Amino acid sequence: MTTPTVVGAPVESRSEGRAFLLVFSCTLIGALAQILVKQGTAQLGAHVTLGQVFRHPGLFVSFCLGVITNLKLFIGYCMYGVNTFLMALALKGRELSRLYPIIALTYVWVTLLSLVWLPSEHMNFFRSIGIAFIVGGVSVLGMKK
Amino acid sequence: MKTPLSSIILVLFGSFIGSFGAVFLKLGAEHMKGSLARLLNNYWLATGIVLYLLSSVFYMMGLSQGQLTVLYPMVSLGYIWAIVWARLFFKEPFTAAKIGGLAMIVFGVALINLGNA
Repeated sequence: MTTPTVVGAPVESRSEGRAFLLVFSCTLIGALAQILVKQGTAQLGAHVTLGQVFRHPGLFVSFCLGVITNLKLFIGYCMYGVNTFLMALALKGRELSRLYPIIALTYVWVTLLSLVWLPSEHMNFFRSIGIAFIVGGVSVLGMKK
Repeated sequence: MKTPLSSIILVLFGSFIGSFGAVFLKLGAEHMKGSLARLLNNYWLATGIVLYLLSSVFYMMGLSQGQLTVLYPMVSLGYIWAIVWARLFFKEPFTAAKIGGLAMIVFGVALINLGNA
């Protein structure tokens, strides 16, 4: 991880650090939002296939309505809204191709949060190596050019 | 459990639309100026948000059936589309760091989902 707070660092690298920090907080908020949305979707009991939507276009509308009427879905999507704004702030003047893939850290938080919250979940080989690869990849993207 | 082709198509389509959401977010960011009124007037941002919402509806439909171990890594393919669009539209070069970092991320996402199986 690059730390942005070097005294006397040029403005360019300091604002780059700020951008990374913004995206980093996006991934934390996004992980919480994802868990809420997942629980909300489970409450809706939504099992819709492409074929069903083609046969009954109304299903698409009721699916969208569910996002407004279900509290967990609603809060989850509000958090996604905040995230979108933070992400836009981060992207201003910065490279999309370096910042956008960092959002994959969300997978790491979701995995770790579910280990903490769900007693049935355990760390295993694939999960730990997967987390290491994502963190490694994000670090490579965050490296100074 | 088999993963139906319709789920794969829905998720791939969702990741494709979502990557354009990122492009419009970047465009919106470049047009972003101080006041809240101008933020609400920023049609690039609005388009990006609509594309994100659309992509999430496709994800929800796609992920409701089939194996998440197969489908979730496909969501992360959106990052690959995004660096291609970034090169096309914003002239951001492909670098070894971007390609290497992205490959590690996509591989990591696939492994995490293997671990969830």
